[in-house]
Amino acid sequence: MSRVTLITPKSPPPAPPPQDLYAKRKQIYPKLAHGKFRTVKWLAMAGMLGIYYLVPWLRWDRGTGVPDQAVLADFAGERFFFFGIEIWPQEAYYLAGLMILAALGLFLVTSLFGRVWCGYACPQTVWTDLYIWVERAFEGDRAARMRLDAKPMSFNKAWRKVGKHAVWLLIAFVTGGAFILYFHDAQMIAQTFFIGEAPLSAYWFAAILTFTTYALAGTMREQVCTYLCPWPRIQAALTDEHALNVTYRYDRGEPRGPHRKGESWEGRGDCIDCKQCVQVCPMGIDIRDGAQLECIHCALCIDACDEMMKKVERPTGLIAYDTDIAVARRAAGMRTQYRLIRARTVLYAALMVAIAALMAWGLLNRGTFEVNVLKDRSPPYVRLSDGDIRNGYTLKLVNKSGEAREMSLEANGIDGLQLEVIGLEATEAGRIFLPVAAHGVDRYRIFVTVPQETAGGRDHFTLLLQDTATGELHGNRTSFMAPGD
Amino acid sequence: MSEHHKDIDQPTGVETTGHEWDGIKELNNPLPRWWLYIWYGTIAFSIGYMVVMPAIPALPGLGTNTRGLAGQSDRIAVAEQVESLRAQRSASGSALLTASLEEIETDRELQQFAMASGESAFGDNCATCHGAGGRGAKGYPTLADDAWLWSGTLEGIQYTLQHGIRHEEDPETRFSLMPAFGRDRLLERQQIDDVVNHVLSLSGREVDEAASSRGADIFAAQCASCHGANGTGDRTVGAPNLTDDIWVFGGEYRDVYNTVYNARNAHMPAWGERLDEATIKSLAVYVHSLGGGE
Ligand code: SF4
Ligand code: SF4
Repeated sequence: MSRVTLITPKSPPPAPPPQDLYAKRKQIYPKLAHGKFRTVKWLAMAGMLGIYYLVPWLRWDRGTGVPDQAVLADFAGERFFFFGIEIWPQEAYYLAGLMILAALGLFLVTSLFGRVWCGYACPQTVWTDLYIWVERAFEGDRAARMRLDAKPMSFNKAWRKVGKHAVWLLIAFVTGGAFILYFHDAQMIAQTFFIGEAPLSAYWFAAILTFTTYALAGTMREQVCTYLCPWPRIQAALTDEHALNVTYRYDRGEPRGPHRKGESWEGRGDCIDCKQCVQVCPMGIDIRDGAQLECIHCALCIDACDEMMKKVERPTGLIAYDTDIAVARRAAGMRTQYRLIRARTVLYAALMVAIAALMAWGLLNRGTFEVNVLKDRSPPYVRLSDGDIRNGYTLKLVNKSGEAREMSLEANGIDGLQLEVIGLEATEAGRIFLPVAAHGVDRYRIFVTVPQETAGGRDHFTLLLQDTATGELHGNRTSFMAPGD
Repeated sequence: MSEHHKDIDQPTGVETTGHEWDGIKELNNPLPRWWLYIWYGTIAFSIGYMVVMPAIPALPGLGTNTRGLAGQSDRIAVAEQVESLRAQRSASGSALLTASLEEIETDRELQQFAMASGESAFGDNCATCHGAGGRGAKGYPTLADDAWLWSGTLEGIQYTLQHGIRHEEDPETRFSLMPAFGRDRLLERQQIDDVVNHVLSLSGREVDEAASSRGADIFAAQCASCHGANGTGDRTVGAPNLTDDIWVFGGEYRDVYNTVYNARNAHMPAWGERLDEATIKSLAVYVHSLGGGE
């Protein structure tokens, strides 16, 4: 492949304005776009909002004594529930794995298709879109909003503004309120919240999220992406000249200029400089200036431009998902080629598959029963009056299943070893039966005594637990300490 | 900013800071104004904070630190928390007082409470001598084994804790004295050697048979009154069982010789003087659970 130089299209540099240290925010009035990407974005928005607001209401039967909420982070009970999966605090690495998967997914998508996350799925984008929709309902589209803001205060202006902010606040509150549903039983907290009986933390979180939703989606909007979010900086390192980004095809558009009906298209570009792409942009930028940190790749400028191209009867796609290298090669008169399979995309995909496989394997093979034996550290051993040596242990039985169990306990591995569980009698056969509660942890104190003839130094024995109902076996090799070497 | 720094970046039309690395220049974009306002806001907040909360430390000549209008003080907050904890505990604590030791051991909730408070009190007061978990040390009995000098029942342990051993200020202390047979010239060195041989033979050790049989007579005359004719000890006077494998002061010939020559008569304080009744009860339950409780 021959190398080509990437060039950024330049609009002629404006005369340097007198520079201020601080800049006032320029209000952006995004115009409503129509087209296939706008439709996709409406659907994506409906999907995202639907998931966020409705998921806490889904139920999932797990038996008695356990919450039946499908997705629940139960801090009081120290459990995380996700449909059929129940995560205990010591298994928080599954959540870490999920985070890593999500990060890698973001990397992969970015190196393939640019900032898809930013454009369609990020809460900042989704809620801002929703807020602009409300704004449009009260104040009209771009031109009407600009006119209204320029006018002095009047009754007409006042009720529109008040109405807009009221609806914004209502949405913000519903958003903050839905957040806490993920941490409590949704039905219960939804009732107690309004009679003042929910825990204080619920009110705090609802209040904080109400405020942030209102502030970030209502008043901060594009500033969040430009100034607060780290992602635009990170993505610069992930995207490359082969990634499909929302791109102005300057090879086709330039030289731009107004075009009157019937005029020839010879010797000029397809861009008619109508500035529709700028007017619909929620970030207030001009895509024709090339790739920019501010651009969230919402693709609305594609819709706006396509509409114009249809009007002037030129092919659509002057602005389109394209790669820097393709545009540069076409501009240089070369054939374009797309390379979605590259070292980095393969690497991200491979890592994702590996981690997902590892997690799936872990989840499928994880038992619902765990045996932990903690040996007393002090005293390490006790000499009894008849000279025998005794060690003390704490047996911790973790039962993650919804059914109570009974485990029979045996110990063997050292000659003459004797087992005693505090508070439980052994059967004649030397077996001891330990009850274990459903969804719980049970602790037992056990003493193991070894005659002095066979005890000496460090030895090992095996504790054997067997579920009396299912026959499931669990062994645990444990050390036994005695004086000597 | 001096004139010659006004370098304008051509594609963006933005002034640069004049800093350049490998041909890359840093743009001097203006900060958003709201950023500035937030900064002013934090300054205003900090002033308010200094007025409301304790903020300025005690400077020389100024006495104390500033208190702040809200009267917030970590010291007071801690005191309040300790107070409320104490109030919470006193409910369980008073339940400990009224319940018998057996009731405490069988009532799961009380038992857990007693074990927790007993364990921490043991660590603070007892572990210095008896070791963590009652592991014991030479001269300090192991509390986790099955041998007891005075008593291994709940009540017996409670009594020992309350009144101590050979604690002379407490009239009800557990008391007995073993004579220092050598130091006080009650026995000759040869006789002590004989009796030590006999004592060691009681737990099945290989000894000098002749010495041991001479020692048997001395044992019957001098030792049996407390340690029993067979050497199995007597808990009413805290005389250890000499036939088992447990030797608080060591079971080697030298150790036992030393014991007979000098006597040991170890001391334990009467904790009733220092700890409240609920704590003593918790300690009794805890020690009883270590492995030797009777
Ligand atoms: S830049 Fe950040 S906040 Fe903005 S859309 Fe992208 S991820 Fe979301
Ligand atoms: S330039 Fe186009 S894709 Fe980028 S934010 Fe603006 S409208 Fe969206």
